[in-house]
Amino acid sequence: MLELGKDNFEEKVLNSEGTVLVDFWSDSCDLCLELMPDVEELAEEYGDKVKFAKLNIKGNRRLAISQKVLGLPSIVLYEDGEKTEHLTGDDLEVEDIEEAIKERI
Amino acid sequence: MSNTYDLIIVGGGPAGMAAAIYGSRSRLNTLVLEAKRKTGGQPSTYHDMENYPGVPGTTASELMDNFRKHAEKFNAEFKRGEVTNLEVNGLEKIVSTKKGGEYKAKSVVLAMGAEPRKLGIKGEEELKGKGVSYCATCDADIFEELDVVVIGNGNSAVEESIYLTKFVNKLTMIVIHDEGVMDAEKILQEKAMENEKIDFVWNSVVEEIKGDGMVEKAVVKNIKTGETQEIDCHGVFFFVGRVPNTEFLEGTVELTENGYVKANDEMETSRAGVYAVGDVRNKVVRQVVTAAGDGANAAVMAQGYIEEEEYWQNNVLKSKKPVLVAFWSVTNQNSMDMITELESMGLEDKDYRFVKIDTYKNRLISNRYDIEEIPTVIKLIEGEVEERLVDLSVEELQEII
Repeated sequence: MLELGKDNFEEKVLNSEGTVLVDFWSDSCDLCLELMPDVEELAEEYGDKVKFAKLNIKGNRRLAISQKVLGLPSIVLYEDGEKTEHLTGDDLEVEDIEEAIKERI
Repeated sequence: MSNTYDLIIVGGGPAGMAAAIYGSRSRLNTLVLEAKRKTGGQPSTYHDMENYPGVPGTTASELMDNFRKHAEKFNAEFKRGEVTNLEVNGLEKIVSTKKGGEYKAKSVVLAMGAEPRKLGIKGEEELKGKGVSYCATCDADIFEELDVVVIGNGNSAVEESIYLTKFVNKLTMIVIHDEGVMDAEKILQEKAMENEKIDFVWNSVVEEIKGDGMVEKAVVKNIKTGETQEIDCHGVFFFVGRVPNTEFLEGTVELTENGYVKANDEMETSRAGVYAVGDVRNKVVRQVVTAAGDGANAAVMAQGYIEEEEYWQNNVLKSKKPVLVAFWSVTNQNSMDMITELESMGLEDKDYRFVKIDTYKNRLISNRYDIEEIPTVIKLIEGEVEERLVDLSVEELQEII
């Protein structure tokens, strides 16, 4: 999965064509860390159709807030740079993420 | 691996994991089913853990990790699954999960805990994860140097507020009570009052959360004056109590009006072999240490239940010969004399099976057969009670044989 930061977010997500999935996470978010391997599996399976990326909010907090991400874990989907879906909550399951991906391919 | 266990524990919080430690250490084949990805229950989402006896320097999530390691050390098995049904058929209990898993056990410990209560105010659901939060440790990072509002004034609200002040710029606690009155313990209240980052708004409730795609304002109403004010903030944390998730148990075990499972001091529910522990049980004090105590209690009770029930089934209900069951206790001399008498009668030669039940140790069977006085002897044929003698004489005994 592509690592995002302040420097490349605009280029890789906002100016990117097609579908981009961004996994917002942080080291102190246990749920994020547990979800991550599952998201990586999805990246293996759907990587040819959807671009998978992750953003550690540590040091990128303002960027996260600019994307209206104020809770972790957050999975945000973009279509041609437009935010189209924001999945979040402590009951977020990998199945919900897969569902959202399938709707777009 | 087979899906049959001695003990199934529904929920992997402190109560459930304590039951798992006791159960698996007593050599019960034990399974813990946890709905969430991570075990640890409620404390795993909290930070501070200052009052767990004997472990002064720990955090809540570290303590929960240790509970799990401890249970695994004795070979308790952990699986993920949200339990949606419980069926009780005597000694056999069937637990089913949302995804179609089915597990059988001789005994079940209900330890589902409780979930954060939602207030259902305008904006709460729409802005969940977008500034509305129920978990400080999960989201604290994001609110670094930002302003947040906390709703609630109990132990969780105050403890988590103090934790959040390590990150946020300013924190406003909305307290429904009069100035200076909070539900939290005194020691926590004092810490909060001394904390320079915490402001209080008394006699007030949050009516609405406003924001376009993310939290921007909390609308706070003073319940005495009726006046409202808007507080600018990026986050609103809810710590307004918890509710149990027990709908699937309706009609199977007795629940209170509020959905908590009714259980006695021994953690026994209305169904034999089914126990309730921790926050899901109807009780007053809900702490990690009391949850762990509940769990230990239930596992010990479950072990006794399994032994007694299996013994009864194998030696009495399934017996091909007629069975004489004598209920006795060491505290009752008459009942001890009766046992001596019965043992000298050579019952096995007369094609009887003789079973002794200590009413002090084995309350399960004693209660099931409504044994109120001892000595009592009952005669069972193919599992059915044929005769019943209370405070009997030797003559009466000889008569029924």
